[in-house]
Amino acid sequence: MSSKGSNGTSAGKPKLAVNVGGIQMINPVTTASGTFGFGTEYAPYVDLNRLGAIVVKGTTLAPRAGNPTPRLVETPAGVLNSIGLQNPGVDHFIDEALPYLAGFDVPVIVNISGDTVEDYARLADRLSQAGGVAGLEVNISCPNVKKGGMQFGSDPIMAAEVTRAVKGKTSLPVIVKLSPNVTSIVSVAEKVAEAGADALSLINTLLGMSIDTKTRRPFLGNVMGGLSGPAIRPVAVRMVWQVYQAVKLPIIGMGGIVTAEDAIEFILAGATAVAVGTANFVNPHTTIDVVEGIEKYLYENGVSDLNELIGAAHG
Amino acid sequence: MSLVIDAKVVQNKQIIPGHYRITLATPYCTEKARPGQFLHVRCGSTQDPLLRRPISIHAVDPQAGEVSLLYRVAGRGTALLAEYRVGDMVSIFGPLGRGFTLPKGDGKVCVVSGGIGIAPLYFLLQKLAGLGIFATVFQGVATAKQILIEDEIRELGHSVVVATDDGTKGFHGTVTSLFEDFLRGGGLVSKPGINEDGLVSCIFTCGPPAMMKRLSEIAAQQGAYCEVSLEERMGCGVGACLSCACKIKDGSGWFHYRRACVEGPVFPAGEVFWE
Ligand SMILES: Cc1cc2nc3c(=O)[nH]c(=O)nc-3n(C[C@H](O)[C@H](O)[C@H](O)COP(=O)(O)OP(=O)(O)OC[C@H]3O[C@@H](n4cnc5c(N)ncnc54)[C@H](O)[C@@H]3O)c2cc1C
Ligand SMILES: Cc1cc2nc3c(=O)[nH]c(=O)nc-3n(C[C@H](O)[C@H](O)[C@H](O)COP(=O)(O)O)c2cc1C
Ligand code: FES
Repeated sequence: MSSKGSNGTSAGKPKLAVNVGGIQMINPVTTASGTFGFGTEYAPYVDLNRLGAIVVKGTTLAPRAGNPTPRLVETPAGVLNSIGLQNPGVDHFIDEALPYLAGFDVPVIVNISGDTVEDYARLADRLSQAGGVAGLEVNISCPNVKKGGMQFGSDPIMAAEVTRAVKGKTSLPVIVKLSPNVTSIVSVAEKVAEAGADALSLINTLLGMSIDTKTRRPFLGNVMGGLSGPAIRPVAVRMVWQVYQAVKLPIIGMGGIVTAEDAIEFILAGATAVAVGTANFVNPHTTIDVVEGIEKYLYENGVSDLNELIGAAHG
Repeated sequence: MSLVIDAKVVQNKQIIPGHYRITLATPYCTEKARPGQFLHVRCGSTQDPLLRRPISIHAVDPQAGEVSLLYRVAGRGTALLAEYRVGDMVSIFGPLGRGFTLPKGDGKVCVVSGGIGIAPLYFLLQKLAGLGIFATVFQGVATAKQILIEDEIRELGHSVVVATDDGTKGFHGTVTSLFEDFLRGGGLVSKPGINEDGLVSCIFTCGPPAMMKRLSEIAAQQGAYCEVSLEERMGCGVGACLSCACKIKDGSGWFHYRRACVEGPVFPAGEVFWE
């Protein structure tokens, strides 16, 4: 058995468990909201119990029809989407999706979006009473809805207000999902931390656009969309790095993770956990491949506990 | 259930300019596939292009354990697919989606295609022939050189009529005009696909949206059951990302979005909210 590191792991399996703001996860790998449906869609391909947590599709108070099509266009090593938060509404989620997920032994994190601060507070209230929810991920950063969404994410004061409103209505861990479409993500992170967030998720998609040279019109039905996939990874890693330096909150890092190495890069930058998004579309088994790859990396590098790697690149 | 499989290329041949047929060894898909379903195909092994491409299952050879896809080189992904050689491995995910409903009994069946839309319909025609149902196939293309697999369809026992936009072969005009002509008598009555009263009981179609829309109107007039295969941009292929939204009637005169990859790509024409 070869272990390169000083704290060799020949004694046993490396420890993968992490804690994100009170949510205990068996490993650091979760799913990026909106790329994994409500879990059901991927259950035939992924043993959901092997995930650190499941973050479900963005939920709003009332059902949303979503944006006109096309909603997706491929770009170099990435994807632009403008789904527009299509979802059946929080009541349907509680009645239909939660009972299904309750059959698994995995923390369920619900991603919430609103048009007003009041919407977020009401969502937090409803979901806290539903039972079976391990945490809330507050999406203040969706680029695909006209009202609210990103406006909250780009204004540190508003972001803090939303955070406070949600915290006031729930005792569940509150993870605030930050937008990369800001001048200083650190300022937003600091304000959100002051307002009582338990953890941060970053990054949401980067606002982008693509034009069809044949039709001379924008590709997406909604004109602009959010960029995800490997193309955004360096931006995401940089933001995790900066936020880790500024704020002492656990971070769920995401943006273009395809392999275990990509996930490790985020962890070294300061992420406690990671989320796999667009890569699920390419290989439905990506999340589990990343879990196994991280374990292998720890083992091969003689790291006995993943927590030792969090932020390790900061020296 | 569908699987991600690395399938070996048995053949990948240009059959007419810009159109290829790739045959893959995949006993799993051979067994599972239903007409109208698709495979989500990785056209390369790097992160660019990133997404899989949805391509319909075109033909199945149960004895050989092989599945074929018929594809038009439309852009980067399909151009890369055309470069695969015999013996190479292609990552496929599938079979995915809900396919055509096979008719029961001795209904009169018509199959109408526009361009590459013939691709999934051939697999349907294979199944129909196996059930002893012989259809009349209306194939619309821009010009005679683009007629696809006409002989193969005849070999299955179906009859084929062709419409070309430029009149270089068959009917001069659109395939929907040809079909209407056929329904009016057009010298074709009593051929398979139509009964003595000139009525069709079942229509299957795949092609440009305008063509399918017109056909669903014709089907409604005829009182015929009609199914269409819709095309939307896809991400996941499993119903998770909501990219592939199609407008389906919601029963109150308006529409709701349904996912082409799960609830479709085949829908009853009467349920589609046409624009
Ligand atoms: C259910 C379904 C079945 C299909 N079956 C066939 C088939 O049997 N034969 C065939 O030739 N084509 C078929 N298509 C269309 C085929 O998916 C596209 O031509 C192909 O994705 C183009 O990829 P590209 O990289 O060559 O083109 P690019 O234009 O470079 O593709 C860029 C992106 O746009 C998407 N895209 C481009 N055109 C289309 C389109 N018309 N429909 C959906 N997505 C598109 C691609 O998937 C990719 O994500 C089918 C589409 C769907 C949805
Ligand atoms: C199709 C699609 C839908 C998404 N929907 C949501 C959503 O509902 N809520 C949210 O907070 N983020 C949403 N996102 C953003 C992702 O959760 C993630 O932050 C982003 O895609 C970056 O990760 P990736 O590059 O691994 O995909 C969506 C992304 C995609 C591609
Ligand atoms: S392609 Fe993702 S929902 Fe249909």
